[in-house]
Amino acid sequence: MIKDLGKYMIMFVVLVLVQVLILNNIQVSGLINPYIYILFILLLPFTIPGYFLLGFSFLIGITIDIFNNTPGIHAGATVLLGFLRPAIAELISSREILEKGNMPNMASLGFASFLKYTVIAVLIHHLFLFFAEAFSMGGFFETFFRYLISSVFSILIILGSQFIVFKN
Amino acid sequence: MRSLFRFLLRNYFLMMFLALEAISFTLMVSLNNYQRVAFLNSSNDLFGTVYERFSHMDEYFSLSRTNARLAAENASLRRQLHFRIQNQEKYPINRPDTIETPAYVFTSAKVISNSTNKQFNYITLNKGSRHGMKPDMGIMNSEGVVGVITNVSLNYSTGLSVLNKRMSIPAKITKDNYFGALVWDGEHFNSADLKEIPYHVIVNVGDTVVTSGYSNIFPEGIMIGTIKSFNVESGTNFYNIKVELSTNFKTLKYVEVVQNTKRTELIKLESNNTGE
Repeated sequence: MIKDLGKYMIMFVVLVLVQVLILNNIQVSGLINPYIYILFILLLPFTIPGYFLLGFSFLIGITIDIFNNTPGIHAGATVLLGFLRPAIAELISSREILEKGNMPNMASLGFASFLKYTVIAVLIHHLFLFFAEAFSMGGFFETFFRYLISSVFSILIILGSQFIVFKN
Repeated sequence: MRSLFRFLLRNYFLMMFLALEAISFTLMVSLNNYQRVAFLNSSNDLFGTVYERFSHMDEYFSLSRTNARLAAENASLRRQLHFRIQNQEKYPINRPDTIETPAYVFTSAKVISNSTNKQFNYITLNKGSRHGMKPDMGIMNSEGVVGVITNVSLNYSTGLSVLNKRMSIPAKITKDNYFGALVWDGEHFNSADLKEIPYHVIVNVGDTVVTSGYSNIFPEGIMIGTIKSFNVESGTNFYNIKVELSTNFKTLKYVEVVQNTKRTELIKLESNNTGE
């Protein structure tokens, strides 16, 4: 358990740094902003207690917020994702698989299930994020366009990272 | 009472979710005030240090570009100095007053974090209250206006970039001195909207837009950009002017922070006008 805690702490730090120092600097005409730090929430074990799940979700959201000077926006989106994650997990696979202590990664879920899991999670998180950031329905279509394009890139990067880390 | 506790305990997942969302929304709404919770932004020393370390590595890649810009600025300043000296030799009586403190004081600083892809972009600088930074000081570089400082910690300061929809800069067209407000359009990192220019003014593509100096933050005449296109929406008396910003926000590295030393005096004087 302690070993796992260390592993998740390293993952937390690495994902925050990759997000803040690298991905936040990749800007293609202001349209594409991939947010891949939610991979941390996605990879927490299925058996994690609810208060840890929500607590960690809030923690990584508020950390990204402080770096981005956007108090509350990322935290609100990650807490929503953390709250819906058990429901998403049930949606993508059967109860037996979840209770057998499987980890929510591509190696144990398989490509199709993990793809579904990532797509649903990214779409929920980014929807909250982009509309909370615009904070109005003013430029609805423009925001929606940015939302869709960024979601596609987040999904691609998250899936790609799984291929690199869990190759074997 | 006990049944309430039991209800809360049974639904703790939902309750905790609602509580955390409530905290997030409170933070989000308090963001509408410019004075944001001081420890929750990147002028915070810990987060500032992370950015500064990364900025140190990053700056080696742009050394030649930075050098070229400094050389160009040196040449431009030398030209102005030469012009001054020449004038002084011609009209020796017209000496500037050296006893009075200058109205604007400049300090150099380095940008350690900057974004261009959000709707509300912020800049973090590597100087804080220890170096004399205060909120409401202007940020500029040799290319033009960059932003305004809003929060200051001991070693770092953060501010709104021009690319922030909450930022409005009093601007004017140099050709005939008509003034308006420059607001970012939220679309592209090198264009912004110039508002409140009345319809009867003659506007051309390529006209220069500079600061008007009415905000007491920037001196008059700091470059903002040039007019890219304009049109008139039916039913309004004002132009819709697109300005191409002269500052390249993608390559921002070294900036000057400008302080108006007479600002408190001006604000005190101007506050007498309100209320009547």
